[in-house]
Amino acid sequence: MPRDDIRRLQYRLLKTLVYRLYSFSPFYHDRMKEAGVHPDDIRTLGDIRKLPFMVKRDLRDNYPDKLFVAGQEDLVRYHVSSGTTGKPTVVGYTQNDLNNWTASLARGLVSCGLSRGDVLQVSYGYGLFTGGLGLHYGAERIGATVLPTSIGNTERQIELMQDLHTTAIACTPSYLLHIGEVAEKMGVSIRDDTSLRIGILGAEPWSDSMKARIEEWLGIKAYDIYGTSELSGPMFCECTEQNGFHVWADLAYVEILDPATGEQLGPGEKGEMVITMLQKEALPMIRFRIGDITSYDDDVCGCGRTHPRVHRISGRVDDMLIIRGINVFPSQVEYTLMTIPEVGEHFMIEVDRKGALDDMLVKVEVTREAFSDKITDLMAIRKNVEHRLRNALNVAVNVELVEPGSLPRFEGKAKRVIDRRKI
Amino acid sequence: MEQKKYVIRQISVFSENKPGRLAAIAKALQEEGINILAFSIAEADGFGVVRALVDKPQKAYEKLSGIGFNVAFTDVIAVQMKDVPGGLYEIARILGEGTINIEYSYAYSGKEAAVLILRVDNVDAAISAIRNGGGTLLESTQFQ
Repeated sequence: MPRDDIRRLQYRLLKTLVYRLYSFSPFYHDRMKEAGVHPDDIRTLGDIRKLPFMVKRDLRDNYPDKLFVAGQEDLVRYHVSSGTTGKPTVVGYTQNDLNNWTASLARGLVSCGLSRGDVLQVSYGYGLFTGGLGLHYGAERIGATVLPTSIGNTERQIELMQDLHTTAIACTPSYLLHIGEVAEKMGVSIRDDTSLRIGILGAEPWSDSMKARIEEWLGIKAYDIYGTSELSGPMFCECTEQNGFHVWADLAYVEILDPATGEQLGPGEKGEMVITMLQKEALPMIRFRIGDITSYDDDVCGCGRTHPRVHRISGRVDDMLIIRGINVFPSQVEYTLMTIPEVGEHFMIEVDRKGALDDMLVKVEVTREAFSDKITDLMAIRKNVEHRLRNALNVAVNVELVEPGSLPRFEGKAKRVIDRRKI
Repeated sequence: MEQKKYVIRQISVFSENKPGRLAAIAKALQEEGINILAFSIAEADGFGVVRALVDKPQKAYEKLSGIGFNVAFTDVIAVQMKDVPGGLYEIARILGEGTINIEYSYAYSGKEAAVLILRVDNVDAAISAIRNGGGTLLESTQFQ
């Protein structure tokens, strides 16, 4: 589609979206009033910068469904992800939302060379997490054969990969490295003993050097895929040019902002990515500040596509961690610990990569009141904290009990994370 | 009330399982002129509990708490054992027959005799059982 046509389409979709939200979303109506913006003020695509932002916190504050602008009878699916504190975030989908999500991934999969005849092993989690089901329907849409292995049971994954001639796999880059390691222990070379040729990898940060390592070691092409549950799930995928993921312009409008001033930055300039979903019905997202730092390009891609490309995420504006593909905020840990009287409110998170997989350790202080001479009591406290954190974060955590007063105290901004992963 | 004199206050100190922690505890006690009569370390994954009989438990508690340690008092009893084969069996048999459970225990062999320090689930019942069974309990004043 020519650039001018794309921009006209985007403007029309934006205008409709803003009118719809102003009329049907009490939340966004109030936001617009506060910002002194009326839908009539949106006269060009560039006027999008007049619109107020949305942040992840808005979803939590309006838990579970107060931001939805569709009735429950119009919803066909929910997905749930962890929020920044105690409350998770719920995303609802109308049938059109699912169709657009599926179409977005179908286009992405085609753009990186998948087609009918390929076998895609979906090793993202199925269930409340968006990764598994998202890729599943996207791949079925293009006529590829889906092998829905979900995560875990790695040896079986490798057997099935061989027996059913998997040609592509979708999972986190660290899990693919883990698969490679387990395969070697089983005497299987992914490069020589399987038909794997494509990895569709995302849900956690990874670097160009990790990509190079995966490609060289496993003998495949590794493509970056990007998304968050608020955007629907995994949404945008790199094309065969491997030079950033295409953001389908009819579905989303991407801005890169200077995090300090909020000014829009141009192509190639690094800043905070803000995404507006132009066609979402149940849970519209306007100018959503995901918190990822990157840059974009809007010249015509080598593959011929005119949709803008966003480069690999290079960092975060906040302290969010991604542990085995799951977003973890230190505030969630703090919130959970505050509900456990046996441990104090001070904590440190230490993240390592053991083999290919992330390992998260939380150090907490045992309070004087809870200290018991009995080792079994102390072990029970530790188990309880591990259990509660696991439930809150949806990711397994190791807990270490430390002496009171031994963890660092912070004045002002706390730095409670030591991330030793070399990605 | 008669039995109370046999109840000994042990100090228990929470300690991370890393080099220098025992030294820090021992140094603090030395600075206060506190003598350690018996002690043991129980270790779990990543942490441990140092248990000690000291001559001045209150002072030890204040000192160690003051420098940041998590300290608790625990009631234990001390039984004199014959320093000959079967000495431990005799005590353990008495407690077993009295259905008294030993939570943990440590021992030292001193000049006069071997002594078994016991943490049991029911201190009063243990004291009665040992006295009736012919065992010899040490009074707390002998330590503190």
